[in-house]
Amino acid sequence: MKQAERLNVYKTYKLFVGGKFPRSESGRVYEVTDSKGNWLANAPLSSRKDARDAVVAARKAFGGWSGTTAYNRGQILYRVAEMLEGRRDQFTAEVAAGEGLSKSKAAAQVDAAVDRWVWYAGWSDKVAQIAGSANPVAGPYFNLSVPEPTGVVAVLAPQESSFLGLVSVIAPVIVTGNTVVVLTSEKSPLPALSLGEVLATSDVPGGVVNILSGKVSEVAPHLAAHMDVNAIDLAGADAEESARLQVAAADNLKRVLRPSATDWTAEPGTDRLLAFLETKTVWHPIGV
Amino acid sequence: MPTVPAYSSGAAVRLAEMADVTGSDSALRRFLHGLPGVDAVGIEARAATLGTRSIKTTAKAYAIDLAISMIDLTTLEGADTPGKVRALCAKGISPDPTDATTPKVAAICVYPDMVPVAKAALGASGIKVASVATAFPSGRAGMPVKLADTAEAVAAGADEIDMVIDRGAFLSGRYLEVFEEIKAVKAACHREPGPDGTGGPAHLKVIFETGELSTYDNVRRASWLAMLAGADFIKTSTGKVAVNATPPVTLLMLEAVRDFHATTGVQVGVKPAGGIRTTKDAIKYLVMVNETLGDRWLSADWFRFGASSLLNDLLMQRHKLSTGRYSGPDYVTVD
Amino acid sequence: MAMDKQTFEYAPAPESRAVVDIAPAYGLYIDGEFTDAADGKVFKTISPASEEVLSEVAQAGPEDVDRAVKAARKAFEKWSALPGSERAKYLFRIARILQERSRELAVLESLDNGKPIRESRDFDLPTAAAHFFYYAGWADKLQYAGFGPAPRPIGAAGQVIPWNFPLMMLAWKIAPALATGNTVVLKPAETTPLSALFFADICRQAGLPKGVVNILTGDGSTGAELVSHPGVDKVAFTGSTEVGKAIARAVAGTGKKLSLELGGKAANIVFDDAPVDQAVEGIVNGIFFNQGHVCCAGSRLLVQESVADEVLDSLKRRMSTLRVGDPLDKNTDIGAINSAEQLGRIRALTEAGEAEGADRWSPECELPSNGFWFRPTVFTGVTQAHRIAREEIFGPVLSVLTFRTPAEAVEKANNTPYGLSAGIWTEKGSRILWTADKLRAGVVWANTFNKFDPSSPFGGYKESGYGREGGRHGLEAYLATAAEPSNERSERESERDR
Repeated sequence: MKQAERLNVYKTYKLFVGGKFPRSESGRVYEVTDSKGNWLANAPLSSRKDARDAVVAARKAFGGWSGTTAYNRGQILYRVAEMLEGRRDQFTAEVAAGEGLSKSKAAAQVDAAVDRWVWYAGWSDKVAQIAGSANPVAGPYFNLSVPEPTGVVAVLAPQESSFLGLVSVIAPVIVTGNTVVVLTSEKSPLPALSLGEVLATSDVPGGVVNILSGKVSEVAPHLAAHMDVNAIDLAGADAEESARLQVAAADNLKRVLRPSATDWTAEPGTDRLLAFLETKTVWHPIGV
Repeated sequence: MPTVPAYSSGAAVRLAEMADVTGSDSALRRFLHGLPGVDAVGIEARAATLGTRSIKTTAKAYAIDLAISMIDLTTLEGADTPGKVRALCAKGISPDPTDATTPKVAAICVYPDMVPVAKAALGASGIKVASVATAFPSGRAGMPVKLADTAEAVAAGADEIDMVIDRGAFLSGRYLEVFEEIKAVKAACHREPGPDGTGGPAHLKVIFETGELSTYDNVRRASWLAMLAGADFIKTSTGKVAVNATPPVTLLMLEAVRDFHATTGVQVGVKPAGGIRTTKDAIKYLVMVNETLGDRWLSADWFRFGASSLLNDLLMQRHKLSTGRYSGPDYVTVD
Repeated sequence: MAMDKQTFEYAPAPESRAVVDIAPAYGLYIDGEFTDAADGKVFKTISPASEEVLSEVAQAGPEDVDRAVKAARKAFEKWSALPGSERAKYLFRIARILQERSRELAVLESLDNGKPIRESRDFDLPTAAAHFFYYAGWADKLQYAGFGPAPRPIGAAGQVIPWNFPLMMLAWKIAPALATGNTVVLKPAETTPLSALFFADICRQAGLPKGVVNILTGDGSTGAELVSHPGVDKVAFTGSTEVGKAIARAVAGTGKKLSLELGGKAANIVFDDAPVDQAVEGIVNGIFFNQGHVCCAGSRLLVQESVADEVLDSLKRRMSTLRVGDPLDKNTDIGAINSAEQLGRIRALTEAGEAEGADRWSPECELPSNGFWFRPTVFTGVTQAHRIAREEIFGPVLSVLTFRTPAEAVEKANNTPYGLSAGIWTEKGSRILWTADKLRAGVVWANTFNKFDPSSPFGGYKESGYGREGGRHGLEAYLATAAEPSNERSERESERDR
C-alpha cells in the first residue's frame, strides 16, 4: 500500500512582545494570502491593547538596552545576521510568497536584509563619533555633545518591502540603544513575525524589539498618541494617515520621521540612524 | 552664638571647643580635607561679577575713605632706613596735607628692626605699627629664630605681627606642624598691658602666600587651619612672589571667615596684600567684603589692604570727587 | 571724614538712556522696507519696569504675512545661489555691527524686556554677536559639516521667538538660517518687538539683500498665521510647550521642517560633596538669572538631605544680597517681570505652592511702585506632586526638594515631561559622569549652570522640543536631508523656465 503523502505542519504565527510570543489579546486573526490570493496563514490582528502591552515591554527594556555598551549592541546585531543567514531558505520562501517574487529575487532581498544587519551592527560604536562633538566654547569649560537614544520608538514598517524594508527600519533604531514597537506590513506580515523567532535566539533582550501585525488604521493612531512613546517612524503610512498621525504625535512632541520614497535596496545612509537620537551636551569647568 | 573678636579671651574658649579637630595630625588632616571643595572657575566667575559693581558718587566717596582707613601702608625693602620709615609714618598720619578731612591709614607695616622707629614716629596718632616676622618672606628658619623674630617686634611695641606660615610644611601635608607654629607665634605675641591698659597682646596676622599654595582648596584649608590656631587676621601674601592677592583668593578667604564665624562665633579679619594699586581694585575688594561678610567687617578692625602705591591713587580719586577735575601725581606726595 | 559706622550703600548707577533713540512708531520690515500693516493695526510696547510706553508697532495680519513670505521666497532664489563665502561676509558684517552697537542695543533690550543692564550688556549682546560670528564661518564650509557633500537650504523659514532673550533668540534663529542659504520671516514676541526692529536697521547697514530678513511684529495670531502659511518651508519656534504642540499639529502633513525649543523644569542636583559656595552661586544663577525667564532655568533644586540645611541657609543668605530694581542700574541683579500677564502667572503658581503646603520664603527687598515685580522666592518642603515642582513657572521662583541617594536624585530629576537641562554639583568625577549619563536632558551643566556658547548645541529631550540650536548640530534644522524637500532645485528650475 502506498504511503500517504506527509501533511505539512503549519506554523501558528504569533506576535513578539517582551521576548515572548503571545497571540493578540483580542483573540483576533486575519487571513494572509500570497499575491495570487492563496491562503498562507492567519496572522494576529493586533488591538490597541496589544500596542499598549508592546510599549510597556519596550519601555521596560529601554534602560537595560540603552545601558549596554555599544560594542555589545554591535555584537548582538551581528548575531541577528548570523541567525538569519541560517534561516535564509525559510525567509526566502516567506518573502517570495508574500511579495510575489521569484525565488531568486526573494533570496536577494533576504541576503540584502542579512547584510543590512551587518552594516548597522558596525555602526554601534561609530555613530557617536560622527554625531557627537567636542565643542570649543569661549571659556574655561570642557564641553562635549554625545548622541543618546531617544527612547521607545514606534515604527510603521514599509508596506511593500515586507522584510528588507522591515529590517531597514528596525536595525537603525535599535543599534543606537532605542527599543522599538514595529507594526509589520499589513499585507505581508509573515517574514516580520518570523523575524521575532530569530531575534529571540540572537541575544536580543526581550522587549527591545516588539512586533505587531495588524492594521495601520487600527493600531497606528494609538502608537502615535501614546504618551510613553518618544518617536515614530511613519515609513508604512500613506500621506493621509501620515498627516493624521503627525497631529496625534504632537501630543507629547514625538520625534517624527515622515514617510518618503525609499529604495530599500540602496545603501541606507545615516538618516534613519540619526533620526532617533537626542544630542546631550555636557559642560564642566576646567580649573584646579 | 554671640560674636567674639579673635583676639579676645572669649575666642580662646571657642577654639578650645574645636580641640577635637586639632588634637592630632590625622584629625586635623581629616577635618581640613573634609572641607567643601572649591570650584576654581565658579569662584573666579563670582569674583568677576562682583567686580562689575558700579560704585559711584556718594558710595564712591564712602568707599575711598574707607579704603584709606584700611591701608597697612607698607615698606618691606632691604633698603629701608629710619628716614624712609619716618617719612612713611608722616604720610600715614596725614595722607593729604591739603585736606584735613582725609582719614589716616590703619597701620604702618615694617620689618621688626624698624618697629621702634615707626612707634616713635607715629606717637599718639592712633595708627598701629605692624611688623612682619617669622623669617619673612620665606619663613625658612628654625622655630627659635622665628619666635625670637616675633618677640623682638613685640618687645619693641609692634601692635600687630604679620607672620608667614611654613608653606613647605603645609604643602607636604604637615598641617599640625603649621598649626603648632601659628599657636607658638600667637603665644609670642603675648604682652601684658601697661598700667594704662594699652599695649596688650599684639594681634596676629597669618600670611599664607597664596601664590605658593597654588590651589583654592589649599587656601580654604590654610584659612581654617590658621583660624583654628588663633589667627586674628588671615592675609593672602607677602608681596614678594609672582602671584599676590587676587579677588577670587580674597573672596575665598572671606567665605572661610564667614563660615568660621558661623561655626565658632569668632570674628577674624582679612588682609589682601600685594598688587592692589588702584582705587578701582580697592573698591572691588570692598564690594566683596560688603556682599560676603557685610557691614560688620567693613572697618579697619576687620579688613586691611597691604599696599603702598594704592594710597596715592585713592587720594587722586578723592581729589577728583571733591573738585570734579582729574588729579595728577604731582598733587600727591611721593612718600 | 569721620569713619563712624555706616553701611556701604551703593548709589544709583544708571546706564544712560541717551545711547538709544526709540522712534514713536515702527512699521513691519518687509522686503527691505518699513511699512504699515495692511489693515493699519498697531499695538504699544511698554517698559515693564515703569509701564512707560516706549513705542507703537504694527500688528501684522494675514496680508502682511503673505507679503513677507513672498518677499522671503523671492529673495531665496538669489540668496541661496550666492557663494557661501559671500553669505559669510554678510553675517560677519552683522556680527561686527552688533558689537559696535552693543551698548545701544543692550539699553534697548533692558528697556523693552526689563532685564538688568548687567545681563543685557554682558550676556545677551556678546552672545548674539558671537552667534553670528560662529555661523558666518560655516556658510562656506557646509560640505564639511556631515550633512552630505552638497547640503541644500530648505527655503523660506518662518521663525517665532520669545520675549526672554529677544535679540539673542533672534540671533539663534537668523544666523544659522542665513548661513545655510535660507531666507527668513521672523516674528519677535509681542512684548519685546524693539530689538528685532533695530536688527532690521542692522541688516540695512550691512547691505543685506532685501527680503532675506523680514521682521513681522504682532501677537500670537501673527505667529500662527506665519507658521501655517503655505509658502513657509521651515518653521522654527522657541516658546511654550503648549504653543509648540499647536505648531506641530499645524505643520502636520505639510512637509515643513520643524524645530522646537520649548519649556523646561530643570533639576539642579546638589550632592553632599558639592563645592557649596559655587553650588549656591549656581543655584542662584540657575533660577534668578534673567528673573527666571529662562526655559532651561534650574527651577527644581534637588539637594541631598544630609546637606540640605546647610545649602538652604547659604542660599537664603546669598539671596538676601540680590539687588532687585531698575533694570538700567548697573548694580541690579534682578529686573522687572516681563509683563503683567507673566506676573499674573507667577503669582498664581506661587499661590498654588502655598495652598499646597510648601513653605515660601523671600528676602526683604523693596520693590518699585510702578511696573511688574516679583521678589526672588524659594519654596521648601516641596514634593514631586506639587504644581510648583511640575509646571514651568518662568519666574524667580525656586522649588526645593530633597533626595537621599543618587538613584533617587536621577529618578526625581527625570520625572517630568520636560527634558531641556539639568545641573549636577559634586566634586566626584565619576559621580558627575554617572549622573550626566542617566539624566534625560539635552544640556547638562556639571559644577556650573546656565552657560551658553554658539559652538555648543542646545535643545531638549521629550516635551522640551526637538532639534538643536548652536554648533554643527544647529545647521541640521536649516538643511534639507536626502529625504526632505528643498526649494532650491524647483526655484532654480522655475527661474530657468522663465
